[in-house]
Amino acid sequence: MSYDVKTWIDVASFVGAGLSMGLGAIGTAIGIGYTGARATAAMSRNPEMSGEIFKTMLIGQAIAETAAIFALVVAMMLLFIKSPDISYIRIAVLIGAGLCMGFGAIGSGVGGGFPAGEACTGIARQPAMAKRLNTTMLVGSSICQTPAIFALVTALILLFSNFSGHPLSPTWAAVLGAGLACGIAAVGPGFGDGLVAGACCEAVARQPSAATIATTTMLLGMAVTETTAIYGLLISFILMFKTFPATDALAPAMALLGSGLCMGIGAIGPGIGEGLTAYSAVGQVGKNQGNSAELIRVMLVGQAVSESTGIYSLVIALILIFVV
Amino acid sequence: MAIEGADIVKAAAFLGAGLSMGIGAIGPGVGEGMAAAKACEAIGKNPKEAGLLTRTMLVGQAVSESTGIYSLVIALLLLFVV
Repeated sequence: MSYDVKTWIDVASFVGAGLSMGLGAIGTAIGIGYTGARATAAMSRNPEMSGEIFKTMLIGQAIAETAAIFALVVAMMLLFIKSPDISYIRIAVLIGAGLCMGFGAIGSGVGGGFPAGEACTGIARQPAMAKRLNTTMLVGSSICQTPAIFALVTALILLFSNFSGHPLSPTWAAVLGAGLACGIAAVGPGFGDGLVAGACCEAVARQPSAATIATTTMLLGMAVTETTAIYGLLISFILMFKTFPATDALAPAMALLGSGLCMGIGAIGPGIGEGLTAYSAVGQVGKNQGNSAELIRVMLVGQAVSESTGIYSLVIALILIFVV
Repeated sequence: MAIEGADIVKAAAFLGAGLSMGIGAIGPGVGEGMAAAKACEAIGKNPKEAGLLTRTMLVGQAVSESTGIYSLVIALLLLFVV
């Protein structure tokens, strides 16, 4: 049995579309379900506010849905866009793009559910703060979506670039690594950002006078949490745009694939850990505004230490690309 | 493509280095984040002991970091020694 390259490209686009939508649906489903659960609990606690809570739930769910919509768009593109690039590299490109968007949507989907859920609970607890809670939720859950947007950007660049002029080996490993680096790296920061935004909504509802300082702490904490996703984006850009010399050996290709996996998986832990740190810091700032300076300082120190393993991963990924 | 034994060994070493550091970074990242989270909570409850709590947090994180450093060492060994 022998098939031509066009058949294999079709196969890869179907597999990529399945991976993109299948993996991409996991996170959003959990996030939206969490929001719905919290909204129901909030309504039973304060039935008079159920109209407002229902509205907030729907807005929050719509934003948490974005990541899954990105995955749907990429899956559709994989199915219907035919590229002029007919080479074996295209097979790796299509699967890489699917994996990138699929993994990339998990973290942001789960994360987007937390601020929406906490905002619903907050409206039941403190109806006067409904407006402020909606704003905080919108800001928080939009920032949560950035890792998914990184993954979308990488997947689209992969889909619309023409790699046919590049040597098959090791370019196939570079494009697959690029997809994995950005996609898997988005899981942790997306989830961590969600925790922080949720804590801020809770703090605003519990202590309305602390709303400003809690929001500032949230933005600071989320920015630091995001860094490992940016490392993943950096590595995947290097892997996509650097041209690698042709080789017959397996080792250079595996170095590039290993680099993508290293940065992708290595970004999960710091993303979640830094999110946990900022979650607690924002909660405490809400309860005790007088100590906000001390709390922000400790939060940043703790996050910096937690970042270190992400930086080790970045170093190893760069060594794998540029040194060996 | 001519793939020889030495090439396969090198390929496996590179892939292993990436996996070692990547997977090895998950645990310390989450663990150190938890330590810092609890330190923030403790400082919120008892701001007078902020110095002691920060010190304890850093010592705890340093110990938690050790497995991340083991992963780094193994990855560098795989890259440059094996």
